[in-house]
Amino acid sequence: MLHITTLHYLVLGAALFLLGVIGVLTRRNVVIVLMSIELILNAVNLNLVAFSRLWGGLHGQIFAIFVITDAAAEAAVGLGILIAFFRNKETVNIDEVNLLKW
Amino acid sequence: MAPVATPFFFYLLSGIMLIGGILVITRKNPVHSALALIVTLLAQASIYLMLYAPFVAGVQIILYAGGIMVLFLFVIMLVSIDRSIKERQFNSQWVVGIIAATALGGLFIAAFTKGDKIFPEHVLPMVENDNTQNIATLLYGQYMFAFEIASLLLLVAIIGAVVMAKKRI
Repeated sequence: MLHITTLHYLVLGAALFLLGVIGVLTRRNVVIVLMSIELILNAVNLNLVAFSRLWGGLHGQIFAIFVITDAAAEAAVGLGILIAFFRNKETVNIDEVNLLKW
Repeated sequence: MAPVATPFFFYLLSGIMLIGGILVITRKNPVHSALALIVTLLAQASIYLMLYAPFVAGVQIILYAGGIMVLFLFVIMLVSIDRSIKERQFNSQWVVGIIAATALGGLFIAAFTKGDKIFPEHVLPMVENDNTQNIATLLYGQYMFAFEIASLLLLVAIIGAVVMAKKRI
């Protein structure tokens, strides 16, 4: 089999990113949309760690740790918003959130 | 130490990751999606190990698969999913979404086919020992300010989540 290069990891990250984008754009359930955002952040993390390996340094891994921190903050706030939203409208469908739509 | 059977494990793990990702965005039940996402995250942690990033792999398992996914499952239990399972799962503009994602994929393919010559020919050597120690040295030295900002961000997120989810402040 072929040798695994950095490009393999980048293509894998791009595929995961696309799956996340499709999930965000097409699903109605807010919980699954938030999970798709986690997929996107993980794709970015994979790219960062792959580049960190490519250049032989650790800076990419440190950025990956910061991205994981951001993902934790985002998940906490997003799920808090979801609970407030569910309490008000009794639904988890994202296309029923149209209060600001003109 | 030289890695063993790298291509086989790379394709195995990326297959697990992609199948898990597809299951995440296609399942009806959010609990099934969350379990598929945990599988994806664990496979990705193994890929981090293949990239000589054991600390990031550990953080991925503990924080993502252990922390964030428990938060997700907890919230899925809090909101009632019985009604949403019976409903339509994809919104009315899913065709536009697929087209936009395909365009983005084309952009990725163009970037990867045209831009891979900017990479160095050989992967540079990496210090394999003391990964955690070196990360700590960098994190508490060069990235001290960013580290403090990240802790502030977490504090803001905690307060924001509590304020958002609380019924009466």
